Amino acid sequence: MGFFLTQTLNGLAFGALLFLLSSGLSLIFGVMKIVNVAHGSYFMVGAYIALSVITRTHNFLLGLVAGAVIIGVIGLAMERIFLRRFPLQDMPQMMLTMGFALVFRDLALLIWGGDPYNLPAPAFLVGSVDLHAVVFPTYRLFVILIAVLVAILLWMFNEKTLVGAKLRAAVDDYEMAGGVGVNVPMVSGLMFALGSLLAAFGGVMGGPIFGVYPGADFEFLPLAFVVTIVGGMGSLKGAAVGSLLVGLVDNFGKALVPELSYFTLFAPMAIVLAIKPTGLFGRG
Amino acid sequence: MKDTIFDAKGKFVGWLLVFIILAVLPTFIASYWVTLITQMFIFGILAMSLDLMMGYSGMPSFGHAGFFGVAAYVIAIFSTRYQIGFWPSLVTAIVLATAISAIFGLLVAHSKGVYFLMITLALGMVLWGLAFRWVTMTKGDNGISGILRPDIGLPISLKDPITFYYVTLVVFVICLALMALFVRSPFGHSMKGIRESESRMRILGYDTWVHRYLTYVVAGFFGGISGAFWAYYNCFVSPADLELGASFELFLMVILGGPGTLVGPALGAGIIVFLKNFISAYTERWLLILGTIYILTILYAPQGLVNLVKDLAKRREKKGEAEEVS
Repeated sequence: MGFFLTQTLNGLAFGALLFLLSSGLSLIFGVMKIVNVAHGSYFMVGAYIALSVITRTHNFLLGLVAGAVIIGVIGLAMERIFLRRFPLQDMPQMMLTMGFALVFRDLALLIWGGDPYNLPAPAFLVGSVDLHAVVFPTYRLFVILIAVLVAILLWMFNEKTLVGAKLRAAVDDYEMAGGVGVNVPMVSGLMFALGSLLAAFGGVMGGPIFGVYPGADFEFLPLAFVVTIVGGMGSLKGAAVGSLLVGLVDNFGKALVPELSYFTLFAPMAIVLAIKPTGLFGRG
Repeated sequence: MKDTIFDAKGKFVGWLLVFIILAVLPTFIASYWVTLITQMFIFGILAMSLDLMMGYSGMPSFGHAGFFGVAAYVIAIFSTRYQIGFWPSLVTAIVLATAISAIFGLLVAHSKGVYFLMITLALGMVLWGLAFRWVTMTKGDNGISGILRPDIGLPISLKDPITFYYVTLVVFVICLALMALFVRSPFGHSMKGIRESESRMRILGYDTWVHRYLTYVVAGFFGGISGAFWAYYNCFVSPADLELGASFELFLMVILGGPGTLVGPALGAGIIVFLKNFISAYTERWLLILGTIYILTILYAPQGLVNLVKDLAKRREKKGEAEEVS
């Protein structure tokens, strides 16, 4: 029982991080049809930036903000300067992001070196909570809480605000949305920035759990892809459900059959695809 | 319109010339270059096999390095653990790579565009994960070293770099010929039709799923051949051979050379292999340069070098014709 509960909580915490990572990827795809291969790089570089800030200031929050905002700005610049040149051409855009992913990877290696680092968790979250049956690290519970908050905020943004309505219009039909006066390029740029910011936010939040190391970019990217494939691209609900599913399956897979853990990830994806090729909540 | 540069006879003579040059080359150049060109042949086969999917069928696969890796690992494990000879290892490697692509194909053949891209990426990572985590078999991150270059039988031994060069040259030419036949066959033509308009081909009665599936498996087969020779060439395999970065590099070979031309990707492979070895001698920043080449290619030559040259030649010809008329 203890094992089961611990692993479930671990899976939830992992799923929470995956949600932060993949909700942005999914929304970017929804609006702009861009498969952003650099998304894992945002996740990793965001954590690296936070690391530099935290080692200097000893302030986790400051690192979190710095990592997320800087990556958000980089994402915006990438979209404005490069991706904008190929509107709605999925292959050139995807390959541009691939080039950037390689550049980010090497720059990160150049700046932060090849050693793995651990991001210190904020002091008040160090330690564990006694949940009767199990003792669980406080920080991981905190991550779950934050992800739930972000999900609620994103949902409110999407459903209750004007920008959100424009966003949904652009996801559904960008041509019609443009036709009725929505500034689609503007919404797209904003979306790309928000998506990259969320990825970096996830990277920093994951830092105290996984650390930050070279290669993290390409390790998390496929996970985010699996989440969006399972959940359906362009859907927030899909990203949430997909993240939980992948987080739990991956975690139990790693705990029970460590040598074949990638197969345990791949199985639910195959099943979902066989039943519903566009993912659980995908359209089109 | 008379196509002066690319008519059939001139083309044949041109190819023969290239082949002869490649055949006599080892007598004139240093052994460093012989091994480097051997590597170009191996990756040329791999890039062409990806082109079957990317260029001819509109199936951009992100996991293609996976089949390459499977074959390479089979050779490595057979050779170091069981001391199995060349032919049985080679056959098993290629059969296994093809079999895995046949299984994966069932999952990916119905998906298109970005979905295809993402699913193949995830599947490629499954194979990478296996190489990385199945430590008892693959030795994990350390990779498998000490693969011996074998005797093929007859008086041929791959231990000699020049012989290795000739063997890969022959394999390369055979693969190129087979793939050229494949894309020029009726099957290949209907494949191109599916790339252009799947719905139309389906209405015309073509089973588009079978076409996509078979192309995927054929590409896996050639990827396997390439991977098997890579293991013997490098005498070392590691998860880095099939990680995402390797698939990205492969992607660039095809894009840089020109998708849908077969020869282009082989050329692209040559350029990338050369740059990788050349630049690595001076700096460790290979990925940075690779990424930059990527971005520049997409911005300035998105159709690839071969298509760029073809376009230029066509344009010049048109200009010449216009001048003749006036």
